[in-house]
Amino acid sequence: MGSNSLHVLKGINFTAESGELVAIMGSSGSGKSTLLNILGMLDEADSGEYTLDGVPIKNLNETKAAKYRNKFLGFVFQSFNLINYKSALENVALPLYYQRIPRKERQERAMKYLEQVGLKEWATHLPNELSGGQKQRVAIARAMAAEPKVLLADEPTGALDSTTSYEVMDLLQKINDLGNTILVVTHENDIAHMCKRIIYLKDGVIVKDEKVKQVRASEYV
Amino acid sequence: MFDIERWQEIFDTIRKNKLRTFLTGLSVASGIFILVILLGFGQGMQNGIAQEFEEDASNRIIVWTQVTTKEHKGLNPGRPIQIRNENYDFIESKFSEVLKDKSANLFVSNAQVNYKKESVGYSVQGVHDGFQFVENQYMSQGRYINYHDHKNVSKVAVISNVIKREIFKNSEDPLNEYLDISGIKFKIIGVYGDMGGEREEERIFIPMSTAQRVFNGSDKINNLYYTLQPVENFDQAVAESMRFSNDMKRYLQDAHTVAPDDLSAINVFNTLEEVKRFFTLMNGIKLFFWFVGICTIIAGVVGVSNIMLIVVKERTREIGVRKALGAKPWSIVGMILHESIFVTAISGFVGLIFSMGLLELLGPYIEVDYIVNPSVNFNVAISTVFVLIFAGAAAGFFPAWRAANIHVIDALRDE
Repeated sequence: MGSNSLHVLKGINFTAESGELVAIMGSSGSGKSTLLNILGMLDEADSGEYTLDGVPIKNLNETKAAKYRNKFLGFVFQSFNLINYKSALENVALPLYYQRIPRKERQERAMKYLEQVGLKEWATHLPNELSGGQKQRVAIARAMAAEPKVLLADEPTGALDSTTSYEVMDLLQKINDLGNTILVVTHENDIAHMCKRIIYLKDGVIVKDEKVKQVRASEYV
Repeated sequence: MFDIERWQEIFDTIRKNKLRTFLTGLSVASGIFILVILLGFGQGMQNGIAQEFEEDASNRIIVWTQVTTKEHKGLNPGRPIQIRNENYDFIESKFSEVLKDKSANLFVSNAQVNYKKESVGYSVQGVHDGFQFVENQYMSQGRYINYHDHKNVSKVAVISNVIKREIFKNSEDPLNEYLDISGIKFKIIGVYGDMGGEREEERIFIPMSTAQRVFNGSDKINNLYYTLQPVENFDQAVAESMRFSNDMKRYLQDAHTVAPDDLSAINVFNTLEEVKRFFTLMNGIKLFFWFVGICTIIAGVVGVSNIMLIVVKERTREIGVRKALGAKPWSIVGMILHESIFVTAISGFVGLIFSMGLLELLGPYIEVDYIVNPSVNFNVAISTVFVLIFAGAAAGFFPAWRAANIHVIDALRDE
């Protein structure tokens, strides 16, 4: 699909191919979240290049960044960040609203993604009526709804127990199997090994970048 | 503004944040409500005061006399001053250009009024034909005393509605009946009413000449009454009437050898002067109402701004999420302002409709002294609604703008 090359933090250089499932690992303070924020255009690098799907990402103003985020990126956060007064379906439909897709189509598409994460029956429920795992699945559906080039997951299992974590990872793996590029930031070893490639960060530099044999989360579920 | 998607989004937000919406709306609606009611009562007071003055002819000038208090040209203080016919005639000819209605009056002292052996206790006054207009009296029946009655020293009398009701019990026709005033028969020629109310209807009027001659008054006069020709504007009217009062007073002081600085001997009461004072007072009151009203609006604006600040604070995280999902800064600002303007506008109009409805419904029934038919100028009211909407939007803009431009990361970390 495209290539990502960047120089961030204290000299980081890597390219993620289309369809990869990359884990960025490191202890807290290693710069992994900062890296993800730069990748997500939520933060700006002081110097270096970042190309996403052949588009150089630089000199972004807020409006342009918003447009790119909407078009290229899907976010999954540790704390889910669902809008608590909107139902699961409305949350999933929200990125489509910013793509100016009509309401009816929005809801149809959102429903499709909710179905994909197995929460069709929960569509009308508010986030506080859902379990942690369900919330994260809604968040993943929301991230997927805009059909982004890259899915960025910042500690997606950080707030979940291990069983639920594996369910979420299983979902991410399935999404990856469909050909979507996913970057997962984590500090958990078992989660990292469910990806296809692990980049180890320490103090702002890449200490190790290796392809691993993927552990299927479904084995644990 | 006409983006249906955005409207749906806003209605969703409003529907799901009822308390917040309600509080914003309440502060706006109550602000408008209080302002409209205040302005309404300001107007009501103006109407009330205006009406009080309409009841009496508002440019009336009255002269009465007491004893002198100052020594003047060798004359001792304590000398009673008596106005006489010659004074009345002189003023009438000298100021004929500015005068409209004029009359003197003379109280018939110790008048015994009887009708068919029934004694009644009303005062009797001799007046000229102009007295009817000076006192704002209207005729219910018959006619008023006229020039011929005065000239012929006719023994005729005009009674009031109240007297008619009390003596004739409404069953008999009082016209051409005879009243006995201190043993002399007077033919009733008319029944008057007084705009000033029934307390002004306790008097029986007879021609001035009759009062003077028949009741031994020689050429004495108790009071002088004048109204002036109307002029273009109020200030001019005040100036004209002040000049007349002063000139007339000086003439009377001269004629009766009274010191010009004697504050007691000759007194001139000029209603227009009083009216002017009342108008000044009323303007003060209106200004005060406006001041209170504007303070209320400011309080409303501060309330709205406060709520907007809290709303933005409370929604920081949501704003972060929306930005992460691709919301542009302007769409965030637009969303927040759109919502706040919508809520402010709706509640502003609710407050407006409610308060104006209240004034419309209850206003005409409010019959307190000095408050009559409180009402409010619709344009003023609607302008204040727009001011409040605008102020609310301006107050909401800055926090919204700041929120829309904070980093998504900071917004998402906001707990």
